[in-house]
Amino acid sequence: MQLAVWTYEGPPHIGAMRVATAMLGLHYVLHAPQGDTYADLLFTMIERRGDRPPVTYTTFQARDLGGDTAELFKTAAREAFERFQPQAMIVGASCTAELIQDDPGGLARALGLPIPVVALELPSYQKKENWGAAETFYRLVRGLCAPPAPRAEGRTPSCNILGPTALGFRHRDDLREITDLLTRMGVAINVTAPLGATPADLARLGEADFNIVLYPEIAGPAAAWLTRAHAQPATKTIPIGLGATREFIAEVAGLAGLDAAPILAAETARSAWYSRSVDSNYLTGKRVFVFGDATHALAAARMATEELGFTLVGLGSYAREQARELRDAAKAHGIEATISDDYLAVEAAIQAAQPELILGTQMERHTAKRLGIPCAVISAPVHVQDYPARYSPQMGFEGANVLFDTWVHPLMMGLEEHLLGMFREDFEFHGEAAPSHLGAAAATATAAPTPPATLTWAAEAERELGKIPFFVRGKARRNTERYATEHGIGTITIEALYDAKAHFSR
Amino acid sequence: MSAAALARAPDAGCTEAPVLRERGQREVFCGLTGIIWLHRKIQDAFFLVVGSRTCAHLMQSAAGVMIFAEPRFATAIMEERDLAGMTDANEELDRVVAQLLARRPDIRLLFLVGSCPSEVIKLDLSRAAQRLNATHAPGVRVLNYSGSGIETTFTQGEDACLAALVPEMRADPAPGLLVVGALAEVVEDQMRRLFAALGIGPVAFLPPRRAADLPGVGPGTRFLLAQPFLAETARLLEDRGARRLAAPFPLGAEGTTAWLRAAAEAWGIPAARFREVTTAGEQRARTAIARHRPLLAGRRITFFPDSQLEIPLARFLSRELDMQPVEIGTPYLHRQHLAEELALLAADAMLSEGGDVDRQLDRCRAARPDIVVCGLGLANPLEAEGFTTKWSIELVFTPIQGYDQAGDLAALFARPLDRRTRLMV
Repeated sequence: MQLAVWTYEGPPHIGAMRVATAMLGLHYVLHAPQGDTYADLLFTMIERRGDRPPVTYTTFQARDLGGDTAELFKTAAREAFERFQPQAMIVGASCTAELIQDDPGGLARALGLPIPVVALELPSYQKKENWGAAETFYRLVRGLCAPPAPRAEGRTPSCNILGPTALGFRHRDDLREITDLLTRMGVAINVTAPLGATPADLARLGEADFNIVLYPEIAGPAAAWLTRAHAQPATKTIPIGLGATREFIAEVAGLAGLDAAPILAAETARSAWYSRSVDSNYLTGKRVFVFGDATHALAAARMATEELGFTLVGLGSYAREQARELRDAAKAHGIEATISDDYLAVEAAIQAAQPELILGTQMERHTAKRLGIPCAVISAPVHVQDYPARYSPQMGFEGANVLFDTWVHPLMMGLEEHLLGMFREDFEFHGEAAPSHLGAAAATATAAPTPPATLTWAAEAERELGKIPFFVRGKARRNTERYATEHGIGTITIEALYDAKAHFSR
Repeated sequence: MSAAALARAPDAGCTEAPVLRERGQREVFCGLTGIIWLHRKIQDAFFLVVGSRTCAHLMQSAAGVMIFAEPRFATAIMEERDLAGMTDANEELDRVVAQLLARRPDIRLLFLVGSCPSEVIKLDLSRAAQRLNATHAPGVRVLNYSGSGIETTFTQGEDACLAALVPEMRADPAPGLLVVGALAEVVEDQMRRLFAALGIGPVAFLPPRRAADLPGVGPGTRFLLAQPFLAETARLLEDRGARRLAAPFPLGAEGTTAWLRAAAEAWGIPAARFREVTTAGEQRARTAIARHRPLLAGRRITFFPDSQLEIPLARFLSRELDMQPVEIGTPYLHRQHLAEELALLAADAMLSEGGDVDRQLDRCRAARPDIVVCGLGLANPLEAEGFTTKWSIELVFTPIQGYDQAGDLAALFARPLDRRTRLMV
């Protein structure tokens, strides 16, 4: 048993719903108790979709358990077929139905429906949402893709784009950005899936030359199967950040037999110049903590360090499946990765690292609010605010621009930070104030931690500490106390404070 | 008007109206959802759902905005090995509870809340609660109830929670009024003032704001239901000797007056005194409601089954705002507790119980009501089809009971229609 207040991922059948809702002409019959229909609101409220997810729930109740829940499933499946006339159906069980072992796959087969029915086995007590999405997509691709056929010679190179789903973090906009980029490169898009694909489209997947894997958490297993069964290579680079986008272009060009040089010479992101411009000097070495799904966390760590000049003080993910890659990436920055799906453990890691900026999920946004640390959201789990009305991709050249703006905006502007350092006691422009362009939302002052028993702060040193802007004060306090302990100082004076500052200055 | 209406024969209004009973997909929350308001209501209580990742995901998704101010609820997520053997599951539960109580020493009352998976594997939470009581007494009292979707629909979770509190209430034979059902604190305070002015008392509320303030119950207790979904709680209170004061629910001016009158009559308060105390509030409510009548009068309204508040709401909207109910869906119809409400509804209202969401959507599309009251899963899709909707969850998250909230209640229905008329996009 795991004590959870909030979770980063839903159960695996939510992943299956994300695939089903992304597609057209597919219907999901889910054996589930009354109440599991809450999942519809993820799509209709958080993502603000105008259609109900294509899901029929059996919604059994206690009185059905004594009777025939299997019959209930068959009725629901038959009626869903008659009402929605899908091209194909997926069937499965949520956590409770898994326990009553009705075998939705077998029951659906017994109905003899005139369409393909793909049975899903999603172990709810072991696996989570992203795994469920990946498994569902893999089963659909395997079940619906036509046998390999010879590809015509001499035609335009073509690819499939795999991975975008409903309820994805900016999947809609990433897809548009990457589709446009591939089109400019002269690569034809054979099928995009799951988002916007029909079961008939999945049958045509084998016709492409190679696959673009946008979100390996979701498309990884399906792409690996297509490599094995249809000899389609797949991209490895995730085009988040300018450097990664350029590598992605080179990788795609290699797979497509095209020359990447013209597009690499012609295109770039404005973020590169903005980052080099002198105004961005103040971003240098800002301490940043990165947490999210593995794909977004790894990409953000790279962009934060290579393209904004930040210092990485924390890197982590709730995705245990990709723990090794994250550990390696963290090691390269001289830190240890935080691999946890307990948001309180992540909060503790953030507090210990004392970052000046958090790039995280909605969970870390709340942690940041509580700790008074600027934050930008880079990954699911999602919130209604993660579906902006405007075009806001994370991938490609425009994605790099969006990320530059999104990450810099929460920070104190360069000159403002200097003025704050100079006039710390100004009554309306003081160290507790939030960045002035972010309105009246003052940071929550956190209580000062108790120093070790062997240490005391002289009153004037404590006052001097108070003049340091709040977002670095905790770090200054800790460093000074560490310095004092290491140097056998019992009472921290102003002198000791500045000695410590000199000792630890970077 | 209201007095005359109440004097009608019991077979008046919708009392004998046929009810369409359907079985099919039910687009409703399970009883766990009640924790989202109950955990704020009882300030030293904690709700530990013993369930699956789905339960935890529901709790944070239904809360919509995640309440990160350290919520007083959590989920003990069962994993593969908890299903393998019961001994392990019980040991694991004890460990999780110890971990939780160590982190939250301020907790005095812990509810172990059963879920669909815990019910299906027959994890006995009442025995677990007994065992944990032995360990954690006297600092923490551990109770249990089920909020599972196989047994409870949405607001029935509150019923199950309050029912778990009834055996904890001390025996108290003294006369007193008990108001049953979670109400916003502002509403409770208004009710307290009104009862005090009427000379009715002592007055206690269930649930209390703090676990230690749990009221007593006994043959002298008269209780008023503040919510229409408390069947089991009422039954257990009656078993303890308390008597329910039959009344409509305190929604709208008329409903609030009738609800207060039921207590006033039980306490033998003279009619003149009753009018003296209630007239000002009732008039204020009528004035506030009247502001919304131009927008709402004559409009046709359909309710999808959700909170069991549908019938009292339809009564309020039809009688005080002249709206026309097309279909009133309710997940469960408790005829006895709703007798006074049904008598006040126009006889031609169509009632449906249970539900099959696809069939009701067909009926809704055919009837084209002016406004549809429905859950969060249906609201945007119906808006996209051109319907005006009111999400029903707001009706359990907003203070709507009593005189001074009657205008706010009307406003909840007026706002979506008002918005339609403003928007040019």
